[in-house]
Amino acid sequence: MTDAWMQAFAMVFEPYNILVMLGASLFGLFVGAVPGLTATMATALLVPVTFFMAPIPAIAAMVTATAMAIFAGDIPGCLLRMPGTPASAAYTDEAYAMTRKGLAEVALGAGLVFSVIGGLFGTAVLIVAAPTLAEVALKFSSFEYFWLVLLGLTCAVFISGDRPLKGLVMLLLGLLIACVGLGNPAAYPRFTFGNTELTGGIGLVPLMIGMFAVSEIIRYVVDTSPSGIVVEAQIGKVFRGMGRLALKYPKQVLRGSALGTLVGALPGAGADIAAWMSYAVSKRFSKEPEKFGTGHVEGIVESGSANNSALAGAWIPALVFGIPGDSITAIVIGVLYMKNMNPGPTLFTVNPQNIYAVFLLFILANLIMLPMGWLCIKAAKRILRVPRDVLMPVIMLFCVVGAFAINNTPFDIGVMLVAGVAAWLLESNGFPITPLILGVVLGGMLEENLVTSLIKSDGDALAFFGRPIAAGLGIVTLLVWVSPLLRRRRPIVGAAST
Amino acid sequence: VKLNDAIWGALLLVLAGALLWHVQGFPSIPGQQVGPSALPRALAIGLGICGTLLVVRGWRERLSSAWLELPGWIAAPRQRTALAVLVGINLFYLLAAQWLGFVLTGIVYLAALMWALRVPPLRALGVAVVATLAIHYCFYKLLKVPLPWGVLQPVAW
Repeated sequence: MTDAWMQAFAMVFEPYNILVMLGASLFGLFVGAVPGLTATMATALLVPVTFFMAPIPAIAAMVTATAMAIFAGDIPGCLLRMPGTPASAAYTDEAYAMTRKGLAEVALGAGLVFSVIGGLFGTAVLIVAAPTLAEVALKFSSFEYFWLVLLGLTCAVFISGDRPLKGLVMLLLGLLIACVGLGNPAAYPRFTFGNTELTGGIGLVPLMIGMFAVSEIIRYVVDTSPSGIVVEAQIGKVFRGMGRLALKYPKQVLRGSALGTLVGALPGAGADIAAWMSYAVSKRFSKEPEKFGTGHVEGIVESGSANNSALAGAWIPALVFGIPGDSITAIVIGVLYMKNMNPGPTLFTVNPQNIYAVFLLFILANLIMLPMGWLCIKAAKRILRVPRDVLMPVIMLFCVVGAFAINNTPFDIGVMLVAGVAAWLLESNGFPITPLILGVVLGGMLEENLVTSLIKSDGDALAFFGRPIAAGLGIVTLLVWVSPLLRRRRPIVGAAST
Repeated sequence: VKLNDAIWGALLLVLAGALLWHVQGFPSIPGQQVGPSALPRALAIGLGICGTLLVVRGWRERLSSAWLELPGWIAAPRQRTALAVLVGINLFYLLAAQWLGFVLTGIVYLAALMWALRVPPLRALGVAVVATLAIHYCFYKLLKVPLPWGVLQPVAW
């Protein structure tokens, strides 16, 4: 075991890897700080580049960029009243109110420091929970996996928005997209219509770039709302008073981090929903709820830790079961498959050094967030003045080349464009994107485990409840499905993707 | 563009019907109950049920929500042009990249899109050239992606 840790250390602290992390952190901070560019988009844009890297630097780039982006999303929220990423939307008004009171440095400092604490908390849970769960998962057969995938998809439908029906439609469409091509147990070419490009299935990477990057660009191009004006705030000592805040709100930090990790680990819900829920919880249990919305730091402390802890939480089911916890890990799983680092419990037994390296990457990414984030806050005004009319076209061309780069085929550019237009159209009609992506990622796994189970049980449906864990998972899944019929549904706050 | 849920529901019903009809042609696997058509058929049935529910919901809400809600950009000339240019240049890229080559196509692509977003022409052209060359360098030289040279093949660098 110590041997594996030594190997992990060597892999992580290799100069090339450190360089990648520094580059990725600059990229992540920039993408997070520019409104309209999201953390998920940062991950999608990284895929074509990481495709050409070794597994550990590839993962390092994504872990670092997303952690930075989620924090940096606070900056335009604070100075422009526009969240940089949806994960900051929950407390944008609060942060902006603080800026108007002359407390911009406290709002940004709290965002940074408690992002780091939340991120480290989530990482600690990941380090403890993932190997334990992996040991349990080693005993899983196709029955357990079938139910687990179905439960994950179910969560995605019910958490991703206040209208589960549209989430369900998107999930079914995602599963349908996963059906395309030869990749099914019978190896029969489905929905290929004689097209050779389609026999390999619809590429995950062009699909993701389209849905998470191109759709944002279209949204920007047709946006009619005026762009925000940067507040001329004096930003002094960012870290001053943070120790006092931590002492004043220890319970809030802990609660936010714990809730964030949990929400992150649930498939379909990511950092944005974690932040909305934590902000609501914070207000509900606060001693001074009347101060919320007037520039009060308590909610920022709690939900700022929640959205970063959710990032690490999402990796727990992703690494152990191959079930993504949010749209970012959905992309990561795609990359892991491309790198032959197929997620699953065997990853922990066969190549533990890779897993330990991922843990170390998380710790390191959160630690370098302190100096890098500080630099970013200092450079904030300059970053916010970057002309987006110039930036967006360049990103668009980057997307086109990125989609092409994976298989060197223009067909993938077409897939990306169609996916982008579809995602933009569907999202503006209230259809959430995350369930679709989970459907695409998990469709193959669902069908494979279903067919394997049916062959093993000779078509006996009761066999799906024959083993204790399978039965438990099955009953929970069925309960989630019937629950809306049993009671009147209460809407869950938040929507949209991370 | 916002459509009433009933329209989305109807579209889903059409899709579900087409799917059910199409998967009839899928072969069955001898000695096995679930063939390649099982999952798509189940999905089609699910989509059909969702479509029906959406039709019902949209019909109930027909008084409070319009059949077709036009977004703000339809009336905004700047945004309308920009969207048209965005669609146009991507089609242009797909059609022209092979024979015109990535570098020239990329410059036209960026310059046109920036022009549509009201970036001053000289600046747009300057950024277009620099950004295209930078992207070309990163992907062609560093990542070895075979971006097409097209008409620039004789002077390929």
